[in-house]
Amino acid sequence: MDIPFVVHPRPDTGLYNAKVGIWIFLASEVMLFGALFSSYILLRVGAPEGYWPRGWLNVPIGTVNTIVLITSSITTVMAWASCKLNQFGKFKVFHACTMLLALTFVCIKSYEYHDKFTHYEITLKDGRIADGHIVANNPKADSVVISGRYVQDRKDLYDLEVRKAPHHHEEITIPRNQIADMESYGPWHNTYLAIYFTLTGLHALHVIGGAIVIGFLWGPGSKLWETDPERFTNRIEISGLFWHFVDLVWIFLFPVLYLI
Amino acid sequence: MTAQNHASLTQPIAGQASGLSHEDHERLTLHVRRYLYVFYALLFGTLVTVGASYIPFGNHAINIAVALVIACGKASLVAGFFMHLISERKLIYGLLAFTACFFLGLMFLIISAYADFPRLTVTH
Repeated sequence: MDIPFVVHPRPDTGLYNAKVGIWIFLASEVMLFGALFSSYILLRVGAPEGYWPRGWLNVPIGTVNTIVLITSSITTVMAWASCKLNQFGKFKVFHACTMLLALTFVCIKSYEYHDKFTHYEITLKDGRIADGHIVANNPKADSVVISGRYVQDRKDLYDLEVRKAPHHHEEITIPRNQIADMESYGPWHNTYLAIYFTLTGLHALHVIGGAIVIGFLWGPGSKLWETDPERFTNRIEISGLFWHFVDLVWIFLFPVLYLI
Repeated sequence: MTAQNHASLTQPIAGQASGLSHEDHERLTLHVRRYLYVFYALLFGTLVTVGASYIPFGNHAINIAVALVIACGKASLVAGFFMHLISERKLIYGLLAFTACFFLGLMFLIISAYADFPRLTVTH
């Protein structure tokens, strides 16, 4: 027995069923990200004056990732339009581009995460704070080497907008017996990084999930084109709606986390 | 672009497997061109967002407002054209209206909770 309304619209809704399904799913996604965005707002307005980080993320890298995701959105919609135009070869090319762009996005995001996990704030027993990226951190060695700077007050670390005040970084060797506390810029470091990793991590999982679905439709799933091209085109539209939603979330994440 | 014109794009095209009529082909080609214009607008919007963040408006709240207004504009383009919301069925609009109500309720409850301290609580 054939599943009804997978191609042609139901008379009462005017839509094929999968389209109603994806929009209900996207509505639940809006609530999921909405809850996290509202948490972000609460954390930000609740932070004491001068203690909400600024300039901690690399704006050019974030801009490149935004352009990558926007470009993947146009290749997705072009892949769908190619199916509508009966140009299966073009569909393959456009969706291959989408997958490559998704991979590029995840690679750039991984680089940014790596940058944070190798960035340390080291509090010394004399009260000074050394801040910078790890150069050498052998647990058996007597010292830790970072590329960074010393500050007297932790507050000096919060506004790092290089465009306003470039910081001079140098290689610093710190004996282990002088270290009181040493912590990387992971999600445990402060509330800003906790919400940053939560929001971008969840978003990255969506990118990976969407790329897997697109990869399936590009590869083994594309056999459906030979037997039922309209149904296949609808599947491309559904996966495309999800992908555009992922792009849409990033459109807000980028300015909120990187720029303001 | 008329709503009717765009709506027909998301509906099955008769004889898709065997070939398109000249009219359908023309119409789809027109839509592809529009998608490209939206893409260029999104790229431009991204650059404007970054550029605007460097402008000292005097009050940081203005920078936040400008960034969010541009983001809303870009999101509208993606939702309207790439997700075809410019001409969807009423059921989808109804669903999104419910979502918007719950989303605003969520925001309102959480933000209003920020000011809801017990008496004599020491705040920053």
